[in-house]
Amino acid sequence: MGKNKKKVPGLNTSSTADISFMLLIFFLVTTSMDTDKGLTRRLPPPVEDEEATKQIHENEIFLVRVNQFGQIWASYEGWVGDGDSHYISAYQLRSMVKAFIANEDQLPNWPSRSEAVDIPQLGVVYPTKYHVISVQCDEDAPYHVYFDVQNELVAAYNELRNEFSLKKWGVPFDELSDERKIAIRTFYAQKISEAEPKVRTSK
Amino acid sequence: MAGFKKGTREMPEMNTSSLPDLIFTILFFFMIVTTMREVTLNVKITVPAGTELEKLEKKSAVSFIYVGPPTDQYRAKYGSKPRMQLNNSFADPSMIKDFIAQERQSMEDQAAQVVSMKIDRDTKMSLINEIKAQLRQSWALKINYSAGSRGSGPKQ
Repeated sequence: MGKNKKKVPGLNTSSTADISFMLLIFFLVTTSMDTDKGLTRRLPPPVEDEEATKQIHENEIFLVRVNQFGQIWASYEGWVGDGDSHYISAYQLRSMVKAFIANEDQLPNWPSRSEAVDIPQLGVVYPTKYHVISVQCDEDAPYHVYFDVQNELVAAYNELRNEFSLKKWGVPFDELSDERKIAIRTFYAQKISEAEPKVRTSK
Repeated sequence: MAGFKKGTREMPEMNTSSLPDLIFTILFFFMIVTTMREVTLNVKITVPAGTELEKLEKKSAVSFIYVGPPTDQYRAKYGSKPRMQLNNSFADPSMIKDFIAQERQSMEDQAAQVVSMKIDRDTKMSLINEIKAQLRQSWALKINYSAGSRGSGPKQ
């Protein structure tokens, strides 16, 4: 039994830095930073017979069209274009859609708010139950315009929900409890329809 | 002035024993915030920018579809029109059904399946509509249009 204490030579660790550097570079190369963010949408389930689609009253439809040049055109009861410019920007769409869905003043030629709905947390309320935002895109319309339109439509709903939440409970929509979120989502239910896009026939 | 000593004192060596720890810290940071790149992109994609974006929560339940014009090395073969890429190769919209079925098999939570579509901003809607119709047929109804974020307010 050797009782004389021999000093153990220290392990040379000067290369640990190089090794970890190599690992670091490996991870830098093979991974990507991009956080996946995007606009979440839900597609309608496939329908067997297209004829079963429900008839909607003219007043309840807000029609958005995008032509092959990416110009946006809106049509609903009571809208008669904006002077010379026939087309609108995606951003204009937001306030127009908001006013249309909310129908604060209960205009008779806009979506009706006459039908009472009993929503938990809210009681009996009068949302614009049957409104529809219909988006129709030309075959050649560029994707980014379509995306902008979708973005603004979602933004309109989100703003309405937020305003409603602030008015009712004084808190932003994001901070509400789940039951209340569901209640507001029922009140302002997203109804964005993308009917089969029109195929342009050359004349 | 007394003048400086021109002593021959040696510079003390810097202690580098904490350098590996430092690098390891950076390494762990990158391991956490980044994700493994699964496919090599054969298409060039500039995603549009939006304001109402949501983060993709469950990474394991996400399938990706890429649409855009082929990169330079594939241009001669496939032309410059936007095309769709599934996994590592170009594909037709008609192949989406198989792709979705295949992706579903390897998923634990099949109900939470989300299809993330990374589409170049100048793609024409006809191709996208075709893809969407195929997705509907294969009951992959939760979709996510991948996008960058921008400030709210009007564009430009």
